[in-house]
Amino acid sequence: MKEKLIEMIMEVAEELNAEQEIELGQELQVDTPLFGEGGLLDSMGLVSLIIAVEQAIEERMDAQVSLADEKALSQANSPYRSIGSLAEYAANELTSQVDG
Amino acid sequence: MDKPVTLITGTRKGIGEYLARHYAERGHRVVGCSRRQPEWELDYYVHHMLDVTDEPAVKRLFSWIRKEYGRLDNLVNNAGIASMNHSLLTPVSTLNKVLDTNVVGTFLFCREAAKLMKKHSYGRVVNFTSVAVPLKLAGEAAYVASKSAVQSLTEVLAQEYAEFGITVNSLGPTPVDTDLIRAVPGEKIDALVDRQAIKRRGKYADVANVVDFYLRPESEFITGQKLFLGGV
Repeated sequence: MKEKLIEMIMEVAEELNAEQEIELGQELQVDTPLFGEGGLLDSMGLVSLIIAVEQAIEERMDAQVSLADEKALSQANSPYRSIGSLAEYAANELTSQVDG
Repeated sequence: MDKPVTLITGTRKGIGEYLARHYAERGHRVVGCSRRQPEWELDYYVHHMLDVTDEPAVKRLFSWIRKEYGRLDNLVNNAGIASMNHSLLTPVSTLNKVLDTNVVGTFLFCREAAKLMKKHSYGRVVNFTSVAVPLKLAGEAAYVASKSAVQSLTEVLAQEYAEFGITVNSLGPTPVDTDLIRAVPGEKIDALVDRQAIKRRGKYADVANVVDFYLRPESEFITGQKLFLGGV
């Protein structure tokens, strides 16, 4: 699941980059810093990415997740550090939906 | 430009129904919603049954719009409820209900609409306040507080959404003969109308005229504003 999400987030980020909604300026890796110190994105860039990832999950996986609720924002380790951490957070949210 | 896609909340009756017909006749693809099914049907109109405060249902509606049309041009947050009662006689449950529909509902629709609209860097949002706010209407504390919140929400969202090409404005009608004021005694309404510069009740067409103005593509330089009818 996490691998699939990483791939999806990368695709979404590339699309946003092509549409000039965000500016990546470098090739993405799983551990590329996204937001925070040395991160690629400013706050509006992060907003755009999160919305696009939520929409992609809905379209491709037919599931609704919120990647910016209080839970996400209050994590000791921010899920927005890297594509890997965002994918992991999304995967956990999706799994807890299935279980819950 | 393709036919604009226009979402209007609270379309079962009253101003919402009028606006749905108004824009469907003018070539918009209109999507409407209300808690119950309307007793009318219309070409170029699709109805969704939902409560505007039900977040998952609202998200499903927007997901449907995205799949069906791929975009949203206009949002008119018309759905609203009132509670006309002295504050000493107003239960908290009533206050919560009024705030939920008027504030939470408006917020939710603005948020989801902006996500869709920003894709095309274009959007028009019209929220509903009321002359009851500037008139500081006694007996409507919950309603006035909720509409004040809508005004503030409109002003802040106008700032946040400006960079996406989305304008957010509000409109404050005077009393119009709808269910919202049905329970208010006639003399109370007359006293209210008497405080307007132009002393008559509002008409649906008065409301549509202002919404038309806000929705025009040429109104791209107008955002965060509120307009009251009747010279209030």
